[in-house]
Amino acid sequence: MVMVDVRNVRKVYRRDTQEVPVLDGLSIAIDEGDFVGLMGPSGSGKTTLLNLIGGIDRPTSGELTVAGQALGPLGGRALAKWRSRTIGYIFQLYNLIPVLTAEQNVELPLMLVRMSGKERRDRARHALGIVGLADRVKHFPRQLSGGQEQRVAIARAIVSDPRVLLADEPTGDLDRKSGDEILELLARLNREHQKTIVMVTHDSHAAERAHRVVHLDKGVLSA
Amino acid sequence: MNLLALVFVNLGRNKIRTALTLMSVMVALFLFCALRGVLDTLQESIKAGAETRLVVRNAVSLVQPLPQSYKPRLEAIPGVARVAKSNWFGGQDPNDAKGFFAQFAGDDDYIPIYNDDVEIVEASAAPGPVALPRGADPRLAAYYAEQTACIVGRELMTRKGWKLGQTITISGTIYPGDWPMTIRAVYRAKQKNFGEQTLLFHYTYLEQKGMGGSGLVGIYILQLADPQRAGDIAKTVDAMFLNSSFATLTESSQAFQAGFVSMYGNVPFLIGLLGIAVVFAILLVAANTMVMAMRERVSEFGVLKTLGFEDGTIFTMVLVEAAIITLGGGIVGALAAKYMLAGVNLGFLPPLTIYWSTIATGIVIALVIGAVSGLVPAWQASRLVIVDALRRVD
Repeated sequence: MVMVDVRNVRKVYRRDTQEVPVLDGLSIAIDEGDFVGLMGPSGSGKTTLLNLIGGIDRPTSGELTVAGQALGPLGGRALAKWRSRTIGYIFQLYNLIPVLTAEQNVELPLMLVRMSGKERRDRARHALGIVGLADRVKHFPRQLSGGQEQRVAIARAIVSDPRVLLADEPTGDLDRKSGDEILELLARLNREHQKTIVMVTHDSHAAERAHRVVHLDKGVLSA
Repeated sequence: MNLLALVFVNLGRNKIRTALTLMSVMVALFLFCALRGVLDTLQESIKAGAETRLVVRNAVSLVQPLPQSYKPRLEAIPGVARVAKSNWFGGQDPNDAKGFFAQFAGDDDYIPIYNDDVEIVEASAAPGPVALPRGADPRLAAYYAEQTACIVGRELMTRKGWKLGQTITISGTIYPGDWPMTIRAVYRAKQKNFGEQTLLFHYTYLEQKGMGGSGLVGIYILQLADPQRAGDIAKTVDAMFLNSSFATLTESSQAFQAGFVSMYGNVPFLIGLLGIAVVFAILLVAANTMVMAMRERVSEFGVLKTLGFEDGTIFTMVLVEAAIITLGGGIVGALAAKYMLAGVNLGFLPPLTIYWSTIATGIVIALVIGAVSGLVPAWQASRLVIVDALRRVD
């Protein structure tokens, strides 16, 4: 089954009066359970493609269907709701809320779902257990290493059991050892939990973990 | 962890800023309620007059006297039950010159006119049989027996630390010299707006020691047999003395009190204006704080939106955050004003009264400040484009 279907997508940014094309008629299909690495030079449109798949940006033209849902017709509220159920997003700089503990950060996506506080806590702790941070639930981000912060971010991304994980250079801010641990974790989530993963990376070593690597250059797929 | 808890966590993010903003709202609402209390007290003082009384004063101005010879003529007017002479004394406690309190000299008919407004709660024993004026409280026998005796309000007694039977000295300002007086009775006000901060003493004492037999008096107070006839009686009195050297102006005691208050000129307007200015200034402070707080968290709003938080949820969170600060400060400030300032002496006005309606108004204002100050940042946060907000991280 195709999990991500991108068809003839164009994305043009406007800077003042100038139009800057980022994606130019790009099409790609990603199967359910796949682990795809997106590589390419800076400005090639990798993050833009990721944002379009995640529904946090809209294409100038073209169609996107993710997890069976065509994103074009969805309004702002419906898109936000769909995103909370379907997409787990992992940022390069973790983007944890500094005043919340690891557990509270992981609980954030669950606040949008009707459930008891206890259930929310249990699920957050379970997610933290999956990423190997069961003993760090009460730690604040400043009390964690970069690798641990990224694992909390991954726990936050998986806590609502989304079908698609989008990772934007998840190891870009980590040393090699921590980076390898994160890549192994992503591979395990793909392997054991059947998450479809799309990962943007500059690092060919990181890309080796993906089932397949797609190269972008100037907004189009290259060989 | 729920959305409200998240709002509270955000409030604790910059504790000093939150505390300072909360305190600024608190001080503003404290001031607002205090100023409003002063205005209410001014208004309340007008109500202190009763419909059963008329005040006769010199038509030229309150400070001009009237002849004492008017008293029997006033008593003869049909519908007038009793006439009392009264005079403002204007002295001060030499040990506490800034601690203002009102003093009035009144003749024997003066105290019984106020039987419905005051109650004698403490009194010295009379030295022997005393002839009391008609309708006078028998407990005032010691007062009527002694020319230098005085009656003091309960709150004034407490404030000054005076005791029943104590001889105090008042320094005259209008009538110079030292005026020793012995406290022979203590009254309490049956109605709050009457106040308990006044000293009353014998008119004969003032007349003999201070007025040198001038035959003049400050004002007359008429007790009416039928309040319905107040208008007619007032006209009769003024007509009676129209062509004399001392023409009169007769008005209800409420109108007289209102005229007294009007001597403050535009002060009530200025007080009101000050209250509005304080509230407006604090609105700007709160708005500035909220805008700053939101600007620092742009990328976090981007993250929350990425996680699926809707625009409306973000909008509500920011608005609630602003409202909690202003409402918290507002409630504390308004209640502090209520409990710290209630009963404060305002000179010859009744004690400062801050009504619950003022507290409620203050709290509503705090809520409005919260809503208005949070509106723009809440709108901005809710309208953030996710990719732009996330870009701020880099």
